[in-house]
Amino acid sequence: MIPLSHTLIVAAILFSISLAGMFLNRKNVLILLMCIELMLLSVNLNFIAFSHYLNDLGGQLFVFFILTVAAAEAAIGLAILVTMFRNRRTINVQNLDSLKG
Amino acid sequence: MGTLYLLIPLAPLLGAILAGFFGKQLGRKGAHFVTSGLVAFSFILSVIAFMQMDANEVYNQTVYQWAVIDNIKMEVGFLVDHLTIMMMLVVTFVSLMVHIYTIGYMHDDPGYQRFFSYISLFTFSMLMLVMSNNFLQLFFGWEAVGLVSYLLIGFWYKKDTAIYANMKAFLVNRVGDFGFLLGIGVIVIYANSLDYITVFERLGVAMGGDNNMLPLDALTQAWGLNHQDMIALLLFIGAMGKSAQVPLHVWLPDSMEGPTPISALIHAATMVTAGIFMVSRLSPIFELSDTVLNFILIIGATTAFFMGLIGIIQNDIKRVVAYSTLSQLGYMVVALGASAYSAAVFHLMTHAFFKALLFLAAGSVIIAMHHEQDIRKMGGLKRHMPITYWTSLVGSLALIGIPGFAGFFSKDAIIEAVHASTLPAAGYAYFMVLLGVFVTAFYSFRMFFLVFHGDERMDDHTLHHLHESPKVVTIPLILLAIPSVIAGYFIGTMVMGDFFNQVTLLPKAEHLHQVTTIMVDHERHPAMEVLREEYHGIFSFIFHGMIALPFWLALAGVGAAWYIYMKDDSIADWFYNRFQWLYKILDNKYYFDTFNQKFFANGSLNLGTAFWTFDKTIIDGLFVNGVAKMTGWTARLLSHFQTGYLYHYVMAMALGVGFLMAWLFMALSA
Repeated sequence: MIPLSHTLIVAAILFSISLAGMFLNRKNVLILLMCIELMLLSVNLNFIAFSHYLNDLGGQLFVFFILTVAAAEAAIGLAILVTMFRNRRTINVQNLDSLKG
Repeated sequence: MGTLYLLIPLAPLLGAILAGFFGKQLGRKGAHFVTSGLVAFSFILSVIAFMQMDANEVYNQTVYQWAVIDNIKMEVGFLVDHLTIMMMLVVTFVSLMVHIYTIGYMHDDPGYQRFFSYISLFTFSMLMLVMSNNFLQLFFGWEAVGLVSYLLIGFWYKKDTAIYANMKAFLVNRVGDFGFLLGIGVIVIYANSLDYITVFERLGVAMGGDNNMLPLDALTQAWGLNHQDMIALLLFIGAMGKSAQVPLHVWLPDSMEGPTPISALIHAATMVTAGIFMVSRLSPIFELSDTVLNFILIIGATTAFFMGLIGIIQNDIKRVVAYSTLSQLGYMVVALGASAYSAAVFHLMTHAFFKALLFLAAGSVIIAMHHEQDIRKMGGLKRHMPITYWTSLVGSLALIGIPGFAGFFSKDAIIEAVHASTLPAAGYAYFMVLLGVFVTAFYSFRMFFLVFHGDERMDDHTLHHLHESPKVVTIPLILLAIPSVIAGYFIGTMVMGDFFNQVTLLPKAEHLHQVTTIMVDHERHPAMEVLREEYHGIFSFIFHGMIALPFWLALAGVGAAWYIYMKDDSIADWFYNRFQWLYKILDNKYYFDTFNQKFFANGSLNLGTAFWTFDKTIIDGLFVNGVAKMTGWTARLLSHFQTGYLYHYVMAMALGVGFLMAWLFMALSA
């Protein structure tokens, strides 16, 4: 039996990696999207761990919802990415600074 | 009677509207026929009103109620008694003469219809002023004549000096009118009414006592004045502005920039005497305050003498007459101060005739001289302009008070009244008016001799074209010369008799006094009583005048003028060289204009500049633009946080969440 804390640590590490990936990444919007996915998965891992530990199926139910939403979000995100590339001929985050004050 | 009285002011108003708005359609001829005709109509109606007047009954009715605010009624109404009717006759008569004269004088002016419209409007305003039975309408007329005066001084609006003069007249009059308005305000506080008779009654005249219990008393007593002094003083400040008394006289000489007919009508015969009329009309109020009567004596006497003195050194024919008007207004004001209101009003009437005559004659000379106004370039006009010469002579003799002419009776009555006055300032005033007689004679005949006698000093071109003015000009001169002689013979009824003693308010209880048209407190101010006792008919008055000092002073003045300007002009040069300082003071008009220019005009300019600078730097710069600038600056500083890079926002979010969680954790664990 793997203790709860181990699973939580793995999830936290995954979350931290994805967060670090977000603001260390200076190149590609695709990587940002991937980091978001990874973040959602690490959260899912927490849900499942708690669901198992607390013997409550609600957590796993939630995971399905999150997976659905993540899939939709990935689709939309990629679509935006494609449009953006068409308009600006780049997906380099360092060039995407039109909000600069 | 009501309809008749209503028609008298409205006829000139109709004329003004027709000539003003439909001047083009009427044409030049139409405009002068309509306006002169309606003023003549108004004059005839005034004569009819005078004929029909019942000496025992005074007409005092409201025609129209405009508004009622908190028991104060604002109305249009007429109070017609002998004082009013006399003013109406003088105003409509002189106005009619001026209308006729203008046909000749303004013949070639492009603003012909406009001019007629203005003078008709003036006649309307002046009639509203004198016929009023309440302070509101008085103030309306007062401001309306001021407005027309402004418009007419600046009639030639392309002339810079005319625009300067009308602005000056308007501003100086504002000073006086401010006092006048405050006076009306104090009256409303104390009497709670605008109606003359009610005010007289409530101010403690008819009750024979005073009721000092009202809010302003603390204020007025702090200055050693009671409310009656305060009211009289403020009203008199209004009169000082309109009747051009020192130090508010500065606008009148400059007003000569306007066309000559209006100098005659407005700035000599009628409008400037509105102050005299107002004080006489409100004599029940002025009788209550010895302090103010003394003040009036001093102001009037100062004006009468010192303004006449300036007249001696003026070379512009109209300015000489203008300073003479100032001096004569001073005489009237002195009479008011001596409680000889009837003498003041009498002088007002005779002065209106002979001064209008003198101005119109001056205008006639100006036409003949092709608009040259410098008397040093005239001379010998007697041969060329006989009618103007003889009428001017009549006017001048009336002005200096030669026995038999109108001015003699009124001026002598004033001098005698001042002599008999018991007020402390009367001694000074008597001295000044006596000296004034000499000065008046001197400057009048200096001008007369220089214009009509001696060598012909004009250029050849003018000399060849010299001829008498057309009939429309000379007929008014002759018509004005007649009353300049005979008007004086009414002294028996008007000054010495009961002409102005009509009862306007009957006593409501036995111990109360009645209010009369001109009311004099004979116990405190016995001047008029003394005059009446000494008066034994018109011929003894003339005879007495012949042996009295003023007559000899006048003759001395004429003689001196003749000797200096006709016989031996080295005296004038000697005087000029010897008394350079005196000449300088007179030439600068006692530095009133310089002072006003330096202190008030430049002072307000500097004050304005200072406020403007404050507004520009502190209000605009620091507060208004400062706030905007500060916001912009801060925003620019803070906008550096907006890099536009997603990873910076993410980091900020992550840090934020971290801080929030840390805080939550700490809060929960504590």
